Amino acid sequence: MTELKPLVSARGISKSFGGVEVLRNVDLDLMPGEVHALLGENGAGKSTFAKILAGVHRPTRGTIELGGKAVEIGSPIGAQRLGITLIHQEPISFPDLSVAENLVIGQVGGKPLGRVRWAELAKEARRLMGLLNVPIDVTVPMRGLSIADQQMVEIARALASDSRLIIMDEPTAALTPKEVETLFTIVRRLREEGRTIIFISHRLEEVRAICDRVTIFRDGDKIETAETASLTDADIIRRMIGRPVADYLHRGVGHVGAVALSVRGLTLPGRFENISFDVRKGEIVGLGGLVGAGRTDVARAIFGVAPAASGTIEIDGKPAEIREPTDAIARGVAFVSEDRAIAGIFRSLSVETNITAAVPERIAPKGIIRRAVEKALAKESVEKLRIRLATVRQPIGELSGGNQQKAILARWLLAEPDILILDEPTRGIDIGVKAEFYDRIGELAAAGRAILLISSELPELLALSDRILVMSEGKLTADIPRAEASQETIMHAAVPRSGRHTVSGAAA
Amino acid sequence: MNSIDKPTPSTTTPTIVVREAAAPRPRWQVLLIRPETVTLVLLVVATIVASRLSPFFADLGFILESSTYYIEFAIVALVLTLVIISGEIDLSPAAQMALSACLFGTAFKAGLPMPVAIGVSLLAGLVMGAFNGFLVTVLRLPSIIVTIGTLILFRGLAQVLAGDKSIGGFPSWFVGIDYRMVGIVPVPVVVFVAASVLLGLFLGITIYGRQIYQIGTSEIAAIHAGIRVRRIKMGLFIASGLVSSIAGLMVASRLGSVRYDLASGAELTMVLIVMLGGTYIFGGRGSILGTFLAAWLLVIIATGMTVANIAINAQLTVMGLLLIVSIIMTNAIYARSQR
Repeated sequence: MTELKPLVSARGISKSFGGVEVLRNVDLDLMPGEVHALLGENGAGKSTFAKILAGVHRPTRGTIELGGKAVEIGSPIGAQRLGITLIHQEPISFPDLSVAENLVIGQVGGKPLGRVRWAELAKEARRLMGLLNVPIDVTVPMRGLSIADQQMVEIARALASDSRLIIMDEPTAALTPKEVETLFTIVRRLREEGRTIIFISHRLEEVRAICDRVTIFRDGDKIETAETASLTDADIIRRMIGRPVADYLHRGVGHVGAVALSVRGLTLPGRFENISFDVRKGEIVGLGGLVGAGRTDVARAIFGVAPAASGTIEIDGKPAEIREPTDAIARGVAFVSEDRAIAGIFRSLSVETNITAAVPERIAPKGIIRRAVEKALAKESVEKLRIRLATVRQPIGELSGGNQQKAILARWLLAEPDILILDEPTRGIDIGVKAEFYDRIGELAAAGRAILLISSELPELLALSDRILVMSEGKLTADIPRAEASQETIMHAAVPRSGRHTVSGAAA
Repeated sequence: MNSIDKPTPSTTTPTIVVREAAAPRPRWQVLLIRPETVTLVLLVVATIVASRLSPFFADLGFILESSTYYIEFAIVALVLTLVIISGEIDLSPAAQMALSACLFGTAFKAGLPMPVAIGVSLLAGLVMGAFNGFLVTVLRLPSIIVTIGTLILFRGLAQVLAGDKSIGGFPSWFVGIDYRMVGIVPVPVVVFVAASVLLGLFLGITIYGRQIYQIGTSEIAAIHAGIRVRRIKMGLFIASGLVSSIAGLMVASRLGSVRYDLASGAELTMVLIVMLGGTYIFGGRGSILGTFLAAWLLVIIATGMTVANIAINAQLTVMGLLLIVSIIMTNAIYARSQR
C-alpha cells in the first residue's frame, strides 16, 4: 500500500472548543480503497477528527490534502462537493419526505424553481437502492423505515454524490447483527470500488471484521495507526485507555430471593402482547431481542410512561396499579431510559439538579430546597460513581455521554429503588466506563435489588444476566437460564419466524 | 481498577491529564448570561435617557403614581413568567380579568354583598384557569391554541354578560385603590412588590419552582424523573386564572367601574413584560427578577415618553423595537455561552 498515493493526508490537525483542546496535532493518511477504523474512548477526538474532514468543524490549526491538493473544507456542503460524505449515527433525514426525496437532498444542481420530475426521481432512487441490493420502497416516507434502512438510504445518498470518502460514525450502534452483515457486505463492495471508508465504532469485533487499518485516539492525541491484524484486542484496548482491562466475566449467580416484580399478560396493542415474567430480588434478568421487538415498550409500560392496555403488574406480591412514573417510583421502581438526551438529562441544568431530580423529598423535606443537602448528595454520588466533571454546578450538557449516563444512574440510586430497569445502559459509552457500569450493576444485584437489563449487545447480556428473556415482534419468545444462554440461543429466539427481514416502525 | 483520572505514564505516549468536562465558567460570565442582565442594563439606560428628556421625570412619587396603569398587568405577568418557564403559555389572562370583573359587577348589581361579589370574581378566575388547565393537561392540547380560544371565549362571555354598558356605583371603600398609599407607594405597587418577592422565593427556593424549570427544560425527562408534570401545569393555569381575577378587581377599583373591554389587548403587554425580562419563550429559562425589572422598564419608558410629549403611536413603536432588541441581545449572549 505504500506506493499508493494517499487520498487524504491530514497534517497537524488541532481543534479547540472554548479553550479546551480536543484534538492535538494529528497526522493521518487515508489510502484509496481502505476501510480505516478510528478508535478511542468517548471524547478521545475521533468523532471531532471525522467531523473536521466532513466540514462540520473547522480545524484550529493544520492542513488537509485531498488527492495531493491542499483543500479547505468549510462546510458539509463543501465536503460533499469534494466527495466526502458523513453518515451520522442516527441518520438525519426528513421523516415526512419519501425515501427518494431524501436521497437527493443536499445534491447540487437543479434550478431552485425547477419542476420536480417525480418519475425520474423515483427511477434514480430505485437505481441507487438497487446498487446496494436492499429492498426498500423508495416512495414510502422515511419515518416508516427502521434505523438500519435509514442508514442504507444515507449510504445510497453517498453513492449518489459519488463520494470518494465515506465516513460512518458508529453506523452499527442501532443495528441488529443481520443488518450489520448487510452493511458490511456493502462496505466491502465500496472498498473494492476504490472508495475510502472511515469506520467509527466501539465494537472491536466489527472493526476486526471489516477494517484494514486502525487509528487509535486518546485524549485528543493520535496514539497509533496500524494494520488491524497486527494488534490484538488487548493491544487496542490498552492503547485506547492507557491501561490493561480485565475481561468482564460473568460474576456468578448471587443470592436470589423472593419475586420482586411479576408481570402477567401485559398487552399494548401494536407494541407487545401477553408478556409474563418474574424478576427476583438479587437477580439480573436480561431482556434481549432485535431493535423494535418491543422491549423498550414493555419497560415503559412497567414504569408507567406508556401504560399497558391490559395485564397486571405485581410488586412484592401486591398488585400495583401504575398509571404514571410517579406511581412506579413510589413502589420502588426506577427506569434508566435508553434515550438519555431526551428522556434522561435536563441538558441546560446543573449536574446536581439532574442528580437529585427524582428525590425531591430528600433535598426538600418541607418543600424548601436545602442547598447544602443537595450539594452533599450530588457530591457523594459524583465520588461514588466517579463522575468526571469540573463542578456539580456546571450544566450536565457539558459532560461527556458516559458521565451523563453515570449521573442518570446516580439519580436513580439516590431513590434507592428495589427494582431497577436499565434500557441499553451502556449505549455509546466507552469501554473503560462500561466496565465500571458492569461492576456497579453486579453490586446492585448483590445488594438484593431486582434488575431488568435490556441490551442489544449480546456479550453484555451474557456477561451480566442470570436469566435471559428474549422478545421478538412484541412477544416473549424465550426464557433462557444462564447455563444454556449463548449468542446462538438468543438470536434463535430473537429472529422473527416468518416474514420480512426487518420490523419497521416500532424502533423506539 | 485504578482511576483513569490520574495521568498514566506510558512508554508510547506523552503524559496527558484527562479533561472530559470543560472548566467551570468564570463568575462574571455566569452573571452575564443570567436572563435578566439585559433587562437591568436597559432599565438603567432608559432611566438615564428619561431623566434627560424631562426634568419632571426624576421624581419617584411621580413614577410610582404613573406605574399604577401598568402594575396590574405586571402582577399577572409574574404568574405568566412561571407558566412560560414551564414551557406553556397563557394568552387569556386579560380576557379573564374582564370576565371575572364583569361577573363581579353583575353580582354587585344583582344586590349581592361586596364580599360575595368579590368571592364570585375570584371563583370565576379559578374556574377559568382550571378550564385552560384541563384542556392543556388532560386533553393535551397545545396551550397557545387553547388560550387563544379561551381569550376570545372569555371576552365574548364578558360582553354577553355586561353588554356595552359599564357597571359602576361600587361602595367608596372599594374604589380608588391606586390612591391609597403606604408612605409614598400606592397599594397596587405594594401588592406587586410583595407578589414579586413571594413568587421569586417560590420559584427560587422551593421544589416546585425547581420542577417548573425542569419541566420547561425537558418535559419528557421530567416525566421520566417522576415529576408530576400535569399536576404542576394545572396548578400554574389555575394560579394564572386566580391572579387575573385579582388584577381584574384592582382595575375595577382603580376605574370605579367595569366594562367588557377592560384590559383589552393587555395579553400582549403581559407577554411583552415577561419576554423583556429575559424569560425564554420555549421554557426552561427565566426569572421573576427579570419580569420585575421589565415591568419597571416598561413603566419608565411609557412615563418617560409621555412626559417628553411623545405620541402614543410612537410609544408603541419604541416598545416593539425594545422587545426585539432585548430578545436579540439575550439570545446572542446565551448562544455564545453555549458554544
